[in-house]
Amino acid sequence: MTSPAHVEASRSGRVAPRGPEPHQGFLRRYIFSTDHKIIGIQYIFTGLVMAIVGASLAALIRLQLGWPEHQWVLLSRLLPRGLPGGVMTPEFYLAVVTMHGTIMVFFFISYVLVSGFGNYLVPLQVGAKDMAFPVLNMLSYWVALASALTMLASFFVEGGAAAAGWTAYPPLSAVPAAVPGSQMGQTIWLLSMALFIASFTMGGLNIVATVFSVRAPGLSMMRLPLTVWSYFIAAIVGLLAFPPLTAAAVMLLLDRHFGTSFFLPAGLVVANKALPNTGGSPLLWQHLFWFLGHPEVYVLILPALGVACDILPAFTRKPVFGYRSSVWCLVAVACLSMIVWGHHMFVSGMSPFSGEYFSLVTLAITVPMTMFGVNMLASLWGAKLQLHTPALFALGVIALFGSGGLGGLFLGNATADMQLHDTYFVVGHFHMMIGGVTMLATFGALYFWFPKMFGRRMSEAAGKLHFWLTFAPFFTIFFMQHFLGLEGAPRRYYAFTAYDYLQRTRGQNLVISVAALVLIGGQLLFLANFIWSLFRGRAATENPWGATTLEWTVASPPPHGNFETIPLVRRWAYEYGIQTPQGDFAPQTWAPPQAG
Amino acid sequence: MKKIEALCVSALFAGLGIAGVAYGARAWLPQLASRHGAGIDAMLRYLLVSAGGLFLLGYVALGSLVWLGSRRRAIGQRLTSGRTEWLVSGALGLAVAAVGEGGVLAIGMPVWAEYFGARPPADAVTIDVTAQQFMWNVRYPGPDGVFGRTDLRLIDEASNPLGLDPSDPAGRDDIVTLNEMAVPVNRPVRIRLHSKDVIHSFFLPNLRVKQDAVPGMTPEIVFVPTRTGDFELACAELCGLAHYRMRGFVHVLTSAQFAEWLRQQSAAAAAASGGRS
Repeated sequence: MTSPAHVEASRSGRVAPRGPEPHQGFLRRYIFSTDHKIIGIQYIFTGLVMAIVGASLAALIRLQLGWPEHQWVLLSRLLPRGLPGGVMTPEFYLAVVTMHGTIMVFFFISYVLVSGFGNYLVPLQVGAKDMAFPVLNMLSYWVALASALTMLASFFVEGGAAAAGWTAYPPLSAVPAAVPGSQMGQTIWLLSMALFIASFTMGGLNIVATVFSVRAPGLSMMRLPLTVWSYFIAAIVGLLAFPPLTAAAVMLLLDRHFGTSFFLPAGLVVANKALPNTGGSPLLWQHLFWFLGHPEVYVLILPALGVACDILPAFTRKPVFGYRSSVWCLVAVACLSMIVWGHHMFVSGMSPFSGEYFSLVTLAITVPMTMFGVNMLASLWGAKLQLHTPALFALGVIALFGSGGLGGLFLGNATADMQLHDTYFVVGHFHMMIGGVTMLATFGALYFWFPKMFGRRMSEAAGKLHFWLTFAPFFTIFFMQHFLGLEGAPRRYYAFTAYDYLQRTRGQNLVISVAALVLIGGQLLFLANFIWSLFRGRAATENPWGATTLEWTVASPPPHGNFETIPLVRRWAYEYGIQTPQGDFAPQTWAPPQAG
Repeated sequence: MKKIEALCVSALFAGLGIAGVAYGARAWLPQLASRHGAGIDAMLRYLLVSAGGLFLLGYVALGSLVWLGSRRRAIGQRLTSGRTEWLVSGALGLAVAAVGEGGVLAIGMPVWAEYFGARPPADAVTIDVTAQQFMWNVRYPGPDGVFGRTDLRLIDEASNPLGLDPSDPAGRDDIVTLNEMAVPVNRPVRIRLHSKDVIHSFFLPNLRVKQDAVPGMTPEIVFVPTRTGDFELACAELCGLAHYRMRGFVHVLTSAQFAEWLRQQSAAAAAASGGRS
């Protein structure tokens, strides 16, 4: 697949950027760096800080739902506007829910897993000195940071942060009088999303270009690790699916501030005031949003699956099962992901005929996704399994991918969705998938590549405990939420106190809240381990896990420019179970002495 | 120590598989009270059983593979060719898809088609429901069976929230209630859904009815209540601050009780309008 001209180009470094630049100041080296590794780490740190914000918001949600009328005296001192007198206001609750979703999806998982590890791993694993466009890469990070800061700023404006849900359905999100968060907060939310998409587009372009143009010689597409495949496919999906939301965000801004009627129909009366709009359609937003929103979940989940697939072999000491079919499954899922968005809209008032279509194509995704899951599970077949921390998290990915996928059978089915739509079943399902699969993969990746990134090891004991404190409560919370949904508990409710039929969910909500607090508390252990290991961790060797991919052939941490000479790749990424001087595996660059 | 760890991890997955199925195998759905709802429940039950089985199988398999793998001293010989790998995962992929798609085609679609495809029968009770922050305005056409005209400009939240036009004689006998609606048992009910401000969703958990009320659109739903009683109406689409308590009631009555209820409401409406004029 790689033409000789291409090989020459990347070998001579014409496409690949500059080599090591030893005399850069601190600022150029660590802050305004064009080194993909530094940028990746910047994304990871930014995302982890945002995760702390997102997790705090989750804690607030669970405090409210577990103990609906309790007075949190201490919290009221901390957040006098949100909890005057210790009881959370509904407007604050809705802002918290909206921002929790937005921050976790766009600023935690997207930044750490997709942009962070994507930046860090892709050039290393394709044997390049850097991304194809390093300056664009730096720009993408700084735009991303601006986007995150903008989003955080919205907490402090008049009316508070956006409160129309992370899906921001108009008219609620379009008419300032509809909900306090739809004053300045929603405008800032939209601006931040536009910045996010701009940044994500730059990052995605870079990944696609890097995989196409600067792969090391000998690294054919079918020798790429699944990690690179998954980032590559996710980046393409992102490039195709995200721009429509930028357009939608601009249209919503125009509706909000310049009197247009893209999403506002005639005859609106909000807060006893008739609005002058005519001719718009609220459903148009939903189509545009989910045209992004559904592919977005694959942009997040495909890298999670790819990363888990690559962590596993280092601990099973055998090749992954079904590499080729896994690659084609990723391609198939990517294609299907673009044409199934309507399964978020079965009861939206959309034509019931399209409901039938969306049901059938959505469930067609079962084929490639089950195949991928089976491949992951079968990779354990005949394995010599070593249960180190990254392996535990990768196993957790398989587990949550299974349970989340089965939930998808319900929600992709229009008939079942009539009862389950917008209930806690949905909340449980998507947390299993874009919450859990991605979060466990993120942790797995952090534990696995930490030695490479920082040249130090994280504590294994603390890591294993962290796995238990993460997986067990996480599974409990979101598994139980599926059944809250079957009982008919709608999502985004400030409390379940107003309805008789929801009274019996009280006990479940209490259990879920307690589990959530354990889950969030458990993350402190990770933070402590992470920070401690950054400074005090045991020194790491070049290849502590005995893994095969190219990043493990260079020093930990790799120098600027990664490879002194561009490596020559001689085999695929899963050569385990053969005897070489390195052990029971062959790095992708290894050649038997005679064969050279 | 390693052995205990491996035991714990494999017990975690296998145990969750078993505990999950035990937890899930209970009656979770609210009491059923509509005809098409039986179809939805059949769909859900089919999915619960098949997904539950796959879940149990998958988690126990994962737990066992972890246990076996952690006991192994050397990796097994590479067991399969690339072709077998395709066959194994492909076959399982198609099998699970067959479970999913089969459910849609065999159970789901007929219910869906019946629910959406059926023309409202002539004897259906037609009700206009207009959602607004944070209440449900309910309107019956009254004895003449015709809804009166409404005009946006006449809307006044205090006295005329629907903007009924008093000059239209068809509207004089319209029955308007707030958050309360009565329907007869075993007779089709046709709801015409409107929204004045933002998107709401008309959700009757017991009757297995959920439909978004979208401004600018008038979706219609038809359902047949099969059980008398008072059932709660919830809003299922985030609509603002009091979304969580935008509560209404559907009273499913016998036909005699329903006729009596309508009579009372008409009398009350007449008294009210008589008082006004």
